[in-house]
Amino acid sequence: MSATAVAPRLHGIRHRRITVLAVLAAAVLAGVVLSITIGSRSVAPLDAWHALTAPGDTESDIIIRSLRVPRTALGVLSGLALGVAGALMQGHTRNPLADPGLLGVTQGAAFAMVASIMWLGASSLLAYIWFGLAGALVASVGVFALGMVGGRGGPTPVTLALAGTAVSAFLYALTSALVLLDEQAMDVFRFWQAGSIAARGPDVVWQVLPFIAAGLVLAMINAPGLNALSLGEDVARSLGQHIALTRTVGVAAVTLLSGAAVAACGALAFVGLIVPHLARALSGTDHRWLIPYSGLLGAALVLLADVVGRVVAPPGELEVGVVLALIGAPFFVALVRRRKPVRL
Amino acid sequence: MTSIPLRLGGLSWRIRPRGVVVTTAGLALLALLMALSMRMGDIELTVAQVLAATFDPADPAHFVIMELRLPRALTGALVGAALALSGAIIQSIARNPLASPEILGVTNGASVLVVAGVVASGSAYGGTSGLLTSLGVPALALLGGLIGAVIVYGLAWRRGLDGYRLVLVGIGVAAVFTNVKFWLLTVGDVNDTGRAMVWISGSLHGRGWEHVQPVAVALAVLVPLALTGTRSLNALRFGDDTVTALGLRMNRARAAMILAAVLLAAVATASAGPIAFVALAAPQIALRLTRSAQPPLLSSAAVGAVLITAADLLARTLFAPVELPVGVVTAVLGAPYLIHLIWRARK
Repeated sequence: MSATAVAPRLHGIRHRRITVLAVLAAAVLAGVVLSITIGSRSVAPLDAWHALTAPGDTESDIIIRSLRVPRTALGVLSGLALGVAGALMQGHTRNPLADPGLLGVTQGAAFAMVASIMWLGASSLLAYIWFGLAGALVASVGVFALGMVGGRGGPTPVTLALAGTAVSAFLYALTSALVLLDEQAMDVFRFWQAGSIAARGPDVVWQVLPFIAAGLVLAMINAPGLNALSLGEDVARSLGQHIALTRTVGVAAVTLLSGAAVAACGALAFVGLIVPHLARALSGTDHRWLIPYSGLLGAALVLLADVVGRVVAPPGELEVGVVLALIGAPFFVALVRRRKPVRL
Repeated sequence: MTSIPLRLGGLSWRIRPRGVVVTTAGLALLALLMALSMRMGDIELTVAQVLAATFDPADPAHFVIMELRLPRALTGALVGAALALSGAIIQSIARNPLASPEILGVTNGASVLVVAGVVASGSAYGGTSGLLTSLGVPALALLGGLIGAVIVYGLAWRRGLDGYRLVLVGIGVAAVFTNVKFWLLTVGDVNDTGRAMVWISGSLHGRGWEHVQPVAVALAVLVPLALTGTRSLNALRFGDDTVTALGLRMNRARAAMILAAVLLAAVATASAGPIAFVALAAPQIALRLTRSAQPPLLSSAAVGAVLITAADLLARTLFAPVELPVGVVTAVLGAPYLIHLIWRARK
């Protein structure tokens, strides 16, 4: 095939990719509108717009600004963060079973939160989230350090994955021992475990925003290096990649993204397990596209699941994690059955 | 020389000396731990007293040994062996060190039905806990485990079975089961949640001979089946295309091995709850100890039995009279050891 024949085809692929990206972005936008307007008290889109641009003191204005907007923002942030973190994690470990909690992030957050309730008397949501974030960061750095010394010249995918699983199991065991001893901790833990973006004020959003923003930037920087790494470490090295550096940037991004998301919204890590597989069906294996696709798809799914959870069981609500699993997973299984999965 | 051939009729196996050493050492350690389990507890006994009590029905300690400590320790050892074996088979088939009976839907299916049973019969819904006799929970667990496995296998089957698709379908089904379980834990009374959590963590509290029998029967039938399938497992390592090219009947061999793994995990879970970490860690520990290319079946089983027996000994003596769920101690014990092995392997 001559060069002149290749160019238009590449152009076509690029065109299609941008179209898909636009469609996913539109889906997120639609999710934002739904999330702001639908709930136990529905608000017409025009009134909602009015509440945002020229805030008054009516009841619906207050609901929208103090409840719906932070909740929607947290949905977008956590969906973006977990989708991107999952794509990075699966790319670095080259393992379809890898989720963003694999480095011990989820269990580190859970343990720190439960321990802070029992020993430090933490009792507010904001305190849980700070402790959860700290626990996630410590656990992840610990696992990475372990993987670092475990492999030759930087952590290998298998040592990272195994070290992460072992540390997670260890922390999960400690957490379950603690909650079995303390009823109050158990009560907080069981709701955290189901995952929710409800009833978190604007301060939570501002608290996790810098971590997630930094993580997203690192993730995009990491994408080309990750593409080279997926050809195998030897090929990547001969292409001039600094392997240990690429891995460190990737792990830092995963830690920031999933640590912040998990601390704020609970054990939603499986969002990051399933979403990249869905996104890979659209993008193929190129991480420069897979990462943004995963992020947008994650945000759209979290928002959609949250809206469904609000209306499906009135007067109560279903936790977003539960709805997400019940909607997302069957869809995922159907997709896996219909076509040959894009392998990592 | 790293292996010795063993021929039996038309079949032949490779016997690896390192594997034999690890398995033998494991069994010796297991015997030691079992002996300690007989001696330690609320009533401390000497070896002589244990022996006397075992064979003399009139001895006051006879009941403690024969009805409490021995069946409990045996349940633990057998459950550990069964889960480890199940994990070793699944890790070989999926060619993935992170795979465990969870991706076959067994442990999560069992958890959903048991938690539903505990919550539905608990105080929050006006039922009586008496509904759940000691027979009720194992039956629910076995049923749930088998239903879960049928769902995963049925959804993953599509003109043959692909290891990668099995893993992906397993992830999806596990997500549904786990979150239904989480949701059930939030709707129940917090006391029922506590009881359900103990079962989810894995516990050997009050296990008797009726828990020993099913696991012993399952192991007796399935271990020989699994061992005859080792050859096809070894070939699976090279990928589906190579195996087909080698002319092995892959689907049949793989289906038989998956069935064995499912039954082992389901029966073990019914007896002691989902002690999740053993199935994942024991094969990886055995693999590193024997330095083989993929999880060795018998060594994995020995490691699993040792791990749970040691964990249960600690679980019931460390903070006596308070007893920890054995699953908790298993992870606290097994995880650092696995980490140590990973650490040691560095060059």
